Amino acid sequence: MTFDQFLQYVFSGITSGSVYALTALGFTLVFNATQVINFAQGQLVMLGGMSAVSLYRAGVPLWGCFLGGVAIVSVLAVMFERAAVRPLLHKGILAQVIATVAASFVLETLAMLIWGRDAVGLPPFSGDKPLAVAGATVVPQTLWVVGLTVAIVSALQVFYRSSLFGKAVRACSVDATAARLQGISYSRVVTFSFALTGAISAAAGVMITPISFMSYHSGSLLGLKGFAAATLGGLGSPLGAVLGGYLLGLVEALGVGLVSAGYKDAIAFVILLLVLFLRPAGLLGLKAVRER
Amino acid sequence: MSALTRLTEYLRRHAVFLGVGVVVMTIPAYLGDTYYLSILAFMATRLMMALGLSLLLGQAGQISLGQAAFVGIGAYGAAILTTKVGLDPWSSMILAAFISAAIAGLVGMPTLRLSGYYLAMATLGVNEIVYILLVQLKSLTNGTDGITGIPTLSVGGLDLGGPKAYHLLAWGLALLMLRFSLNLTRGRVGRSLRALHRSETAAQSLGVNTSYRKVQVFVLAAVFASIAGSLDAYYMHYISPESYNVTFSVILITGVIVGGLRTVWGALWGTVVIVLLPELLKRLNDDLTNLVFGLLLIFIMVFWHGRSKRMTAGAQEQGVRVWRRLWRS
Repeated sequence: MTFDQFLQYVFSGITSGSVYALTALGFTLVFNATQVINFAQGQLVMLGGMSAVSLYRAGVPLWGCFLGGVAIVSVLAVMFERAAVRPLLHKGILAQVIATVAASFVLETLAMLIWGRDAVGLPPFSGDKPLAVAGATVVPQTLWVVGLTVAIVSALQVFYRSSLFGKAVRACSVDATAARLQGISYSRVVTFSFALTGAISAAAGVMITPISFMSYHSGSLLGLKGFAAATLGGLGSPLGAVLGGYLLGLVEALGVGLVSAGYKDAIAFVILLLVLFLRPAGLLGLKAVRER
Repeated sequence: MSALTRLTEYLRRHAVFLGVGVVVMTIPAYLGDTYYLSILAFMATRLMMALGLSLLLGQAGQISLGQAAFVGIGAYGAAILTTKVGLDPWSSMILAAFISAAIAGLVGMPTLRLSGYYLAMATLGVNEIVYILLVQLKSLTNGTDGITGIPTLSVGGLDLGGPKAYHLLAWGLALLMLRFSLNLTRGRVGRSLRALHRSETAAQSLGVNTSYRKVQVFVLAAVFASIAGSLDAYYMHYISPESYNVTFSVILITGVIVGGLRTVWGALWGTVVIVLLPELLKRLNDDLTNLVFGLLLIFIMVFWHGRSKRMTAGAQEQGVRVWRRLWRS
């Protein structure tokens, strides 16, 4: 592999890594607020992309599609939380896994009934003239993807560190009961976390649609990879989720270069299994994994 | 106790099992339609898959999102070993079951020590990897084209590939597995599984080796699934990868949950639902099946699961309860 090729793979790894990072962040936000792993996370990403495409076809300008997709999926995520997650908060892991997996089925099938089986795309946010960077080429959309991801992650950091409500959300993730005793509305924190997860996932979905297209079925694989990234980084750690996302994106892209494109999707799951076997707490996992 | 009372006692205790057994095994005598017979044959293999899952989910409280992977290993193991290696079908089936058991053991041992989500995640990963391998290892699996020309099972020159003979074979094996699972849950193993489901710490303090028990039942579920996969392959003579993705794993879970998790009988009622419901929905719209299954699962989880301290009682049992309440008032 020449250096130019290497660079090209790195660029593509960073692009898909951004999407994995945002999806993993979505898992983390929900997990921290509710201790539930939302197996329908990937479908939120898919719905973001699909609803933006519908808006675009209705004549809405691209920025409007982006914001519209984000808004629609935030509302959907809150509805999903009310219908299928909130009733299960005290019913144990088994019920939560089954209900969210079932929700992913429902969302995927509904998307297929609404949008059909074909993959759809969006035009790039600002032209498609490739830029040359040190022997490799980059489409402008890549810069949008990476830039927006960095912006979202930094905004989240500022929000969680500095604002009062952000601190309340963090308090709930440490100990929900103690947080409630301090007068924090746990219910509001959960609703907010789901809305935020929906918004971030939808943003990821809309950003990636011009590069890799979107179909009703794209969500499940994206979700599983985001989930592998979150586990790699350490479930519950937002920084770990972002790190895991980019690491996974890079390893996957270089794996395509070194091994073969056919096994690309298997890489994430091999990493997932290795993490579960060797270091279940993940790279930055703060909470010790309970061994029984 | 005289021999007669012992016999009546035996018949009374196993009345439901014997009844189901007699009804199922005599079906080929008066049903000749190949279409209905193959639906019933599918039911038998689905029941084998569901039984393992029911033991794992209902008794031990562990969730596997990757049962389809073991079904796939069973099917592809049987197909590759018979068509490419040249082994006879029975040994291929047994060898494939051993491979499934080994993989289940390797995955189960490290993850079942951990609490919570880890088995669900790991099995999901295994299912995806197996599916990708089935598509990509083209020299072995023919990729998405699938494998054709898989031989049928036979015993000493007697061909078991015909619908009626196969019905007896598949249901015979399925009933054996049902009997085995029922005995398992009634005995020492079942009690320790239910104990660790309620509280692992309590079970451990009473001397149950909880992670060993969990791995044991996980491996057993994989073996059941693998044998069922091999049988399907021998019956249809053709397999392709898309039957063995995570979607199928979730459909199996749907069956087990709709049937009820309290006893392994739930696996039987659930199997009837997951085989017949798609056949009915197919007439309306092929795509509706997943939607209906998804909504059904959410509905059961939200409204029934955990209302009492018991595990999901399942649709059939809830129905009985509602019926009784109506009857009394």
